[in-house]
Amino acid sequence: MSRALARMVIWRVAFTVPLLLAVTAGMFALATASPFDPIRQYLGDRAQTTSPEIAARIRENWGLDRPVIEQYLDWLGSLLRGDLGESRSLHRPVVDVIGDRLGWSLLVVAGAMVVMLVISLAVGALAAWRRNSWLDRFITGTAYANEAAPVFWTGLIAIWIFAVQLRWLPSGGLTDAAATTVRPTDVLRHMILPVAVLAFSQSSWLLLFVRESLISTLREDFVTGARARGLRERTILFRHALRSALLPFITLLGARIPELVTGAILVETIFSWPGVAGTSVRAALAADFPLLAALTLLATLAVVVGNLLADAAYVIADPRVRVLGVS
Amino acid sequence: MFQTAPGRKRGRSARLAAGTLIVFGLAVLVVPFVARLDQHLVDLTATSLSPRPAHPFGTDEMGRDVLLRAVYGLRVSLLVGLVAALVSVTIGTLVGLVSGALGGIADRIIMRVVDGLNSIPHLLLGIFIVAMLTPSVGAVIVSVALTHWTTTARIIRSEVLALRSRPFVDAAISGGSGRLRIVRRHFLPHLSPQVALAAVLMMPHAIWHETALSFLGLGLPPHLASLGNMINDGSRSLLAGNWWASLVPGLFILLPTLAISALTQHWRDRTSPRERSELQL
Repeated sequence: MSRALARMVIWRVAFTVPLLLAVTAGMFALATASPFDPIRQYLGDRAQTTSPEIAARIRENWGLDRPVIEQYLDWLGSLLRGDLGESRSLHRPVVDVIGDRLGWSLLVVAGAMVVMLVISLAVGALAAWRRNSWLDRFITGTAYANEAAPVFWTGLIAIWIFAVQLRWLPSGGLTDAAATTVRPTDVLRHMILPVAVLAFSQSSWLLLFVRESLISTLREDFVTGARARGLRERTILFRHALRSALLPFITLLGARIPELVTGAILVETIFSWPGVAGTSVRAALAADFPLLAALTLLATLAVVVGNLLADAAYVIADPRVRVLGVS
Repeated sequence: MFQTAPGRKRGRSARLAAGTLIVFGLAVLVVPFVARLDQHLVDLTATSLSPRPAHPFGTDEMGRDVLLRAVYGLRVSLLVGLVAALVSVTIGTLVGLVSGALGGIADRIIMRVVDGLNSIPHLLLGIFIVAMLTPSVGAVIVSVALTHWTTTARIIRSEVLALRSRPFVDAAISGGSGRLRIVRRHFLPHLSPQVALAAVLMMPHAIWHETALSFLGLGLPPHLASLGNMINDGSRSLLAGNWWASLVPGLFILLPTLAISALTQHWRDRTSPRERSELQL
């Protein structure tokens, strides 16, 4: 097992290095082709009054007058040394911006993943168990509609119901506007809506998958065998059928990480959550290349690592792969 | 003809979906002839009115009729979505054809590039592209098209690989056909249904991306009535209780998307009943 696993990890890492290089090259090429002038951006309103000589000196200072390849290698070199540059819109080092915000993003995403797994497993199993009933039809119908609904719209509905009409939960932010310190209970209260919306928006495909997979598993011989031996229906459903129905689901979960990042971008924006995903929108609005490039690289790395973890989990979970090796 | 109960239900939901699409299609085509929308016109005497007979879905904070703007917004979104879907399916088909027809090392490299591009979250890559271009309709189309061709490329490549081993291809090669001729005369005609289906399935996705970018303020120009812009504008007055300005345009995204996915599901069930899913609506 460990050899198969090690081989897979080595292969993936070997693929990741050229991938990240290609991503940096692509981003840099796009930025070079971009009509935005970083000097004008840096100067802002002062661009009108700054003399061309000074602007030219800044340009020289930043190395913008050198060949593109040289600039790229320079940028790449500082990336490798861990220097991500300075955010042009927030006027702070990119490392600090990410360091401040990554934790909040991980908190919401991790919370949403837990909620999503629990709910879609339970509700999906319920729908499969009671298939073709009105309950099943209601669940699958909602899941289908949810799949088609944009998450920013679902988020607004949630705000309207729970923050505007019922006044149970705050509509956004990390803490109350008047709060001077970050208190855990306050954060927890502000977290409920973003986590719930992200989990809900991501859960429908999983729920439908669990239902479908479980229904076809319930038709298999080993389930009939378990029934014939007089096992309780609940035992059959959870101990026998669900276990076998869930195997492909580990890989699927890994494949959904890009969607999770997408969801996080939108949800953090709607709820003004101070995470990295929502920051990418601010960076984009300001055409802030260093910050946006760092965040894109970070997301790509997250996807690659997530896929690797999912595949590793599959090797560990499926005894056939474990014994016979990765096909 | 004998039909089981689920089969009848399937037919009913397909008819419902087709009806929904026809209603939206007619609205988009006919309404501009009946009622014109001045994109810049605001009416400050009628701001944030709740739904009433004169304004069935109310007015927004600038006093503009939500229903009329939503119809125009759907028009814009459909157009942008259509162009973006066509461009991305064209790129995907070309790449898939080249990859499948060349095979060998070229195929491997192209497929690794596709894998690599898929590792970047689509919306983030789209945001990056839009941020680096000047904001315009063209930037949105480029951003959506460049991030979405990979799915089509994968499908077309695997179809080409399956076609390559068919006897008629061997026959064509024996008859002296070159690679280009085989692609043009034998692969493309066989692939056209797949390409068409890919384009249809890409539409809702492209619309989703356009609205998401516009919602984030990175897409279409803000004065233009587009569904994403409307939801974005409306979200500001949502806290004051005006639900209609942002929630109604969302329905204009949700219902057509739902209808298209129901119809493709129906089509798949009919053409390949062996893979019929357990899902019923």
